[in-house]
Amino acid sequence: MQTRRIPANTVGLVVFALVVFALGAVDLVRPFGLRFSDLTGRVVTLDTMIRIGILTIVVVGLNLLMGYAGQISLGQAGFYALGAYASAILSTLAARHGILPGISDAWWWPWLAMLAGMGLTGLFAYLVGRPILRLKGNYLAMATLGLGFIINIFSAEFPSITGGNDGLTEIPRLRIGEFLLWPMQRYYFLVWGAAVLVILVALNIVNSRIGRALRAIHTGETAAATCGVDTERAKVQALVISAMMASLAGSLYAHFQSAVSPNPFGFTTSVELVTMAAVGGLSSVWGAPFGVATLYVIGDLIKSRMEKILPLQGGGYELILYGLLLVLIMIFLPSGVTAGGMDALRRLRRRRRPDAGEQTA
Amino acid sequence: MKALLRRKNLRWLWILLAVVASGILTVALGSLKHFQPYNYVQLALDGLRAGSIYALMAMGFVVVYSVTGIINFAQGEFVMLGAMITLTVDGLDLPLPPALKLIVSIVAGVLLTTAVGALMERLTIYPARRSAPVTLIIITIGVTIILRAVALLIWGADPHVLPAFTTLALEDRIFRIGDVTIQAQSLWIWGTLAAILVLLYLFLQRSLIGKALRACAVNRRGAQLMGINPSRMSLLSFALAAALGAIGGIVLGPVTRPIYDMGVMLGLRGFVAAILGGLLSVPGVVVGGLLLGVVENLAAGVTYPAFKSAVAFVILIALLLFRPQGILGGGEKPAEEA
Repeated sequence: MQTRRIPANTVGLVVFALVVFALGAVDLVRPFGLRFSDLTGRVVTLDTMIRIGILTIVVVGLNLLMGYAGQISLGQAGFYALGAYASAILSTLAARHGILPGISDAWWWPWLAMLAGMGLTGLFAYLVGRPILRLKGNYLAMATLGLGFIINIFSAEFPSITGGNDGLTEIPRLRIGEFLLWPMQRYYFLVWGAAVLVILVALNIVNSRIGRALRAIHTGETAAATCGVDTERAKVQALVISAMMASLAGSLYAHFQSAVSPNPFGFTTSVELVTMAAVGGLSSVWGAPFGVATLYVIGDLIKSRMEKILPLQGGGYELILYGLLLVLIMIFLPSGVTAGGMDALRRLRRRRRPDAGEQTA
Repeated sequence: MKALLRRKNLRWLWILLAVVASGILTVALGSLKHFQPYNYVQLALDGLRAGSIYALMAMGFVVVYSVTGIINFAQGEFVMLGAMITLTVDGLDLPLPPALKLIVSIVAGVLLTTAVGALMERLTIYPARRSAPVTLIIITIGVTIILRAVALLIWGADPHVLPAFTTLALEDRIFRIGDVTIQAQSLWIWGTLAAILVLLYLFLQRSLIGKALRACAVNRRGAQLMGINPSRMSLLSFALAAALGAIGGIVLGPVTRPIYDMGVMLGLRGFVAAILGGLLSVPGVVVGGLLLGVVENLAAGVTYPAFKSAVAFVILIALLLFRPQGILGGGEKPAEEA
């Protein structure tokens, strides 16, 4: 008798969601007076977990673009910024200037702004994606980098709209009807709920027709085109999806931080995002949360520990770690830690059974 | 007329139109600010000074790219290191007359930066030499982050100063021609660029190593069959690029205030200059660098200073999209073999 097999990804996603939500529930329920940060010896706090969740959303998108479609983006922080600024501008300025009274202070207005931000960022990605994705390799890297820089420079200008270098503050918290999604303990569930949803979407894309087309492009663009894949369309789709994910994360960041400024969306952030994607494994959706968490927690630790030894310069050591990890991973495991680890495991298994190794070799 | 309408010439017509249009726009915007002719000359001269630095950096990009096929992101950090090491050595309490001390520190700055460039190639590029170009570019970005972070730890986040070459003091000598002013350091910068051009030309055309380097750029496999060691040429190209970057940083030092993160924007502009010149020819990218310096300074001068860096990126994206072979490169040669 045959039973219907449940796909491993579904099981994984359910387990992942349960673990993540259980962790978040600790702070809501406070069993035995414990708090979340007590579980980790005060190394990882709820605040860190929320930031990891937000960045996970960006990195999942980046994984789709870089790992599956094989198109590098050194300007992902630009899309992240677009989302954050769309939410910040629409949810603060409209109410302040009394545009659309009655609507701009309704509870659902920020949610609408979030969707509008995703739509606008997606449209923007579509418009720039068509010409830019014709470029390859080094040139694509430089073009996306330039794009990120331009967005960053413009967000520091036009003080009446973007707040200039100081940015925008007093961004309202999100609520559903009268239910405020704040303090942090509640916001945690929104962020990780979104992250789980994004992972689900990404997994579905990867295992769909588009996902197969993207992987085909990664292996060989000409070959993919010969097999009837509309390569340009598929690449633009990947860029638009990843940009919309980045935008969603940006909106969640804006409402979490309650303030946005140009600084956290610069080139360094784009590079950090690429590093996180690389640590997690470029062609693995599951790598994203682990890559982000690993880098974020280690970076945080180094920064706080070093700050005690050398005040004000802890950030330098954190950056050295980022750089070193990036270089080492790209030299030794260019397909990412997850895939590289799998390969190593396979090799190890083969060594244990020499006869099997000869058959596959 | 028929010849004029041929596809290739039509492209030049477009470029000519774009140049004329942007020229008119510049004058129109300038007249809003009541610019006199000398304002434009001053802006262009300052642009030429910055452009010379971009040209030096662009040469570094070209040397590495033509030999190894890598866009070396760390080029900007070489500029920073050159300036920082020089001003550190110059700040040491050495029993030397000031002029000699400056010369010693300049030599130290160039040599140490060259060593860093060579070390970078051996430690990070050489082990990954068979990787895809995107992997290699990410590696150079990683090196960039490390170098910048190390600079932050050594030199802190504050800007430093390097004395002007002519006066050996912070105040530079200034020449006035009518209403236009020129700092003596600008002359040093232009002189250095000219000297480097001549030296690089002699090195690449006359010396055996230079010829080997060029052979590697033309055809790596062919050069290898002729007994040239491509890995050694890769090492040489990084060292040369680092030296060029360091020299740029040192002559630039007195007119800016060197700071640990100066390499980011400089490096990107150097890259834009390199793309302008087609990424493969040294004279081409020098023209590209000077052009970029003048254009961005004029554009920023007639609009807002804050848009100066945006100008370079807009040019970058427009170029990559419409003319990736550069405005000076031949129309046929693809700049990158996919």
